[in-house]
Amino acid sequence: MAHTAIPVIVDTGAAPPAAVAAPLVLEHPHTSTGLDSRKLLMWAFLASDCMFFGTLIATYLVYKNRSPEGPLPRETFDVPYTSVSAFVLLLSSLTMVLALAAIQRGEERRMRVWLSATALLGCVFLGGQFYEFTTFYHEGLTLSRNLFGSSFFTLTGFHGTHVFIGVFWLLSLVAHSFRGRLHQEHSLFVEIAGLYWHFVDIVWILIFTLVYLIPD
Amino acid sequence: MATEHDLAHDHAEPELEHAHPGAKTYTIVGVILAVITLAEVFFYTQESVRAILVPLLLVLSATKFVLVVGFYMHLRFDHPLFTGVFGFGLMVAGSIITALMFLFGQYPLPHRG
Amino acid sequence: MAVVSAPVSRAGGMVVAPPILAEPAYRGLWSWLTTVDHKRIGILYGVSAGTFFVFGGLEALVIRLQLWTPNSTLVSAQMFNALFTMHATTMIFLAIMPLGAAFFNFIIPLQIGARDVAFPRLNAFSYWAFILGGIMLNISFLLGGAPDAGWFGYANLTTRTYSPGPGIDFWMLGLQILGVASIAAALNFFVTILNMRAPGMGFMRMPIFCWMSLITMILILLAFPSITVGLILLMFDRFFDTNFYSVPHAGDPILWQHLFWVFGHPEVYILILPAMGIISEIIPVFSRKPLFGYAVMVYSGIAIAFLAFGVWAHHMFAVGLGAIADAVFASSTMLIAVPTGVKIFNWIGTMFRGSVSFKTPMLYAVGFISMFIIGGVTGIMHASPPADLIQHDTYFIVAHIHYVLIGGSIMALLAGVHYWFPKMSGRMMNETLGQWQFWTFFIFFNVTFMPMHWTGLLGMPRRVYTYGPDLGVTELNQLSTIGALGLGISVLLFVINLFASLRYGEIAPDDPWDGATLEWSIPSPPPIFNFARIPTVHSRDGWWAMKHPERMHLDPIEVTPLAGGPGHATERAHEVIATAGPDATPPVIHMPSPSYWPLLSALGLAMMASGLLMADAFGPITIPIFAILGVLLLVGSIYGWSFEAP
Repeated sequence: MAHTAIPVIVDTGAAPPAAVAAPLVLEHPHTSTGLDSRKLLMWAFLASDCMFFGTLIATYLVYKNRSPEGPLPRETFDVPYTSVSAFVLLLSSLTMVLALAAIQRGEERRMRVWLSATALLGCVFLGGQFYEFTTFYHEGLTLSRNLFGSSFFTLTGFHGTHVFIGVFWLLSLVAHSFRGRLHQEHSLFVEIAGLYWHFVDIVWILIFTLVYLIPD
Repeated sequence: MATEHDLAHDHAEPELEHAHPGAKTYTIVGVILAVITLAEVFFYTQESVRAILVPLLLVLSATKFVLVVGFYMHLRFDHPLFTGVFGFGLMVAGSIITALMFLFGQYPLPHRG
Repeated sequence: MAVVSAPVSRAGGMVVAPPILAEPAYRGLWSWLTTVDHKRIGILYGVSAGTFFVFGGLEALVIRLQLWTPNSTLVSAQMFNALFTMHATTMIFLAIMPLGAAFFNFIIPLQIGARDVAFPRLNAFSYWAFILGGIMLNISFLLGGAPDAGWFGYANLTTRTYSPGPGIDFWMLGLQILGVASIAAALNFFVTILNMRAPGMGFMRMPIFCWMSLITMILILLAFPSITVGLILLMFDRFFDTNFYSVPHAGDPILWQHLFWVFGHPEVYILILPAMGIISEIIPVFSRKPLFGYAVMVYSGIAIAFLAFGVWAHHMFAVGLGAIADAVFASSTMLIAVPTGVKIFNWIGTMFRGSVSFKTPMLYAVGFISMFIIGGVTGIMHASPPADLIQHDTYFIVAHIHYVLIGGSIMALLAGVHYWFPKMSGRMMNETLGQWQFWTFFIFFNVTFMPMHWTGLLGMPRRVYTYGPDLGVTELNQLSTIGALGLGISVLLFVINLFASLRYGEIAPDDPWDGATLEWSIPSPPPIFNFARIPTVHSRDGWWAMKHPERMHLDPIEVTPLAGGPGHATERAHEVIATAGPDATPPVIHMPSPSYWPLLSALGLAMMASGLLMADAFGPITIPIFAILGVLLLVGSIYGWSFEAP
């Protein structure tokens, strides 16, 4: 039994921060499916988030028309106002995908513009939500008022929190780009942020219809 | 190994290296989304369609959903595994919502006696 | 990056690396706090889960002692409620699931031929969140009272009106944190199993344990959000005065039950599928025969993934959902028994005409089959709503639960420990002690839980701290208590075997059982990098195929050579490495660096929750303060994590 040593260089341990913080994104990553693990992670997360919003929406729908006292949806909602919110979020999905298209072409400045526009539209949406919620509050609809208040604010509140996190994420990407660290080969990170952002948009598509539009 | 780029595309932009949908396609989709939203709000206000309003709204919003997921989230052009993963989650969520609505009597069911 | 040269010596032709603990960078407490190595994280899960298992067992023993005699006052009714709540919560969330996670962590990368999981830091985060959640749950005993509304926490008993104390808050928030840990781990292993398999390992060549784990991950991803939402609604009811479960405001406590069981039923498959995966690995190896009907095992697992979400209301047959709902769920429940039960035939078929060796892992595996059949049969009995109306909330259900969870999950996990202990530690467990321990476990387990079938049908209700002497269940209860004490002794024997073997156990070869899967092709314990060179897999039971191609009825196959060219079919795998020339370039293996961000992120999460827990004692101001501090720590850590060098 030979005992010659085969040196295997194990590369580990604390390392000084690399010049480029974000690792290179390969065209064809060496994975069993050929798909990038981080993108797959985001899709799996979104599948899980479907269940999260699914159960929140189910709670709202299950409690529809069960509040013993007002304010009730019909008299509270301002559908034209909320439809503007819906437009804003849909528009933000467009700007998001334009940002992705830009970075995939290597147009970093244009990407920053579209990402910032997306974040801005997200803030407009949040601002609209805030205004809407305070209006409802002044009309007497609170979290604890009735089932409608509880389920409505919880559902839209968690959606809004998702939007807020998204805005934060997008602005972080913009800042990263300003620091010269987000290049064409890193477009996957914009793509993944985009997936999250679009998901938040499609949840709003569902909420808008199921909560605001479908009659009692 | 299937990659994200080797499925059929439409609207290939000549100036792009990859046959992704381009800015033009995305904008067209955006316009369609806006139009559908307008339609939803319009139908919502119309007494004449009240009887079929719920299925109509569901179809319209489902269309928006599919457009965003298919084009903006690129599922239409990506590897089917992504569609499978997301689709399964969506299917389970949809089934639970439906089941809970039935269980809580939020659908009109025929009563016996 | 710092490059550390790790000279690797060969013994018996196999590439052997010094054990992990000998590496200077891998010693000491800090190395454990910052580890991202799946093997270490697996050990952390295992030790933690084992400790919680002991807690849960002690809680059970007190329960059994209280039930020794009618009208006993050993513990108060209140304490009894806390005991059965914590016993179940601990066993399910802090023992069985993390023991499964220990195996996911240690074994899956080895079985698929990977160097680590897809997201090593996320993996570490899952562990730290788990341990913090477990601490949060258990610290309730010391900080105002343990939760006492059952592990399933039915509303509206859990609302502020009926449970004013902090116990339920600990339970609720502890479970939320555990939920985050579980979802993060599920995402990680889902991607790992899909994306990090060795070349040539198609889905139908994957070890069956990996398949069962993959399905478990899918179940976790889709089931946990339901309980997350249910708990959020409860949290809002308790802290923000919402009305979700509040009857005076038209809230419906049944909503909680639905949301809980939409999670709860897939949860039981989450508890049993990894166990079935372990058994499916052990039986072929100890029968020296490939798994019978591998494809059926896979498809039935997939069927379970679909059906698991369609049966939940069989836990609610006594609620009064109506005939239609009862019938639908009874049908779906009976249907899911098919893919679950089919596996039994696969295991028996594997053993049939095999060369069976009854070492301790195999004893546990056969014990699993027999006990799971019993538990499964009573499960089918519950599937009938009229029958269930008699059985519900009696000890008959307790019997079922423990036959599937102890006779099933725990036995499989113990089998897994015995089976993989040599790989994880480099030593063999004591076989004699193992046999004694198995038989004491098996016998006392049955002594404890078999009588409960009768106890239940005689009408003894669950979750009641005592019973009357005229119920006629006294002797049966005493039998169960004796059994429980014996079970405790058996567990003690197991712990003794574990520690003694770690110290004094016989040094294990790399492949003590002539295993079928890739983890047996590397040293025991594995080097940090697992595989010196990632193998190419040519068939199912890849390692058997490389060792004994003729016995697998396979054509002689190429083994993975060191230098990259075609190897010789007759060479044994490890000899190929030995014949590499002196000028062959040694491979450079990049391993992920340790990191403290996962731990800090988990602390941030726990901090956010702790504000709610302190509100009772220090006023509601703690809620926003700690929420903000926690968010800052969490977000800051995520940033640190994102910008850390790979």
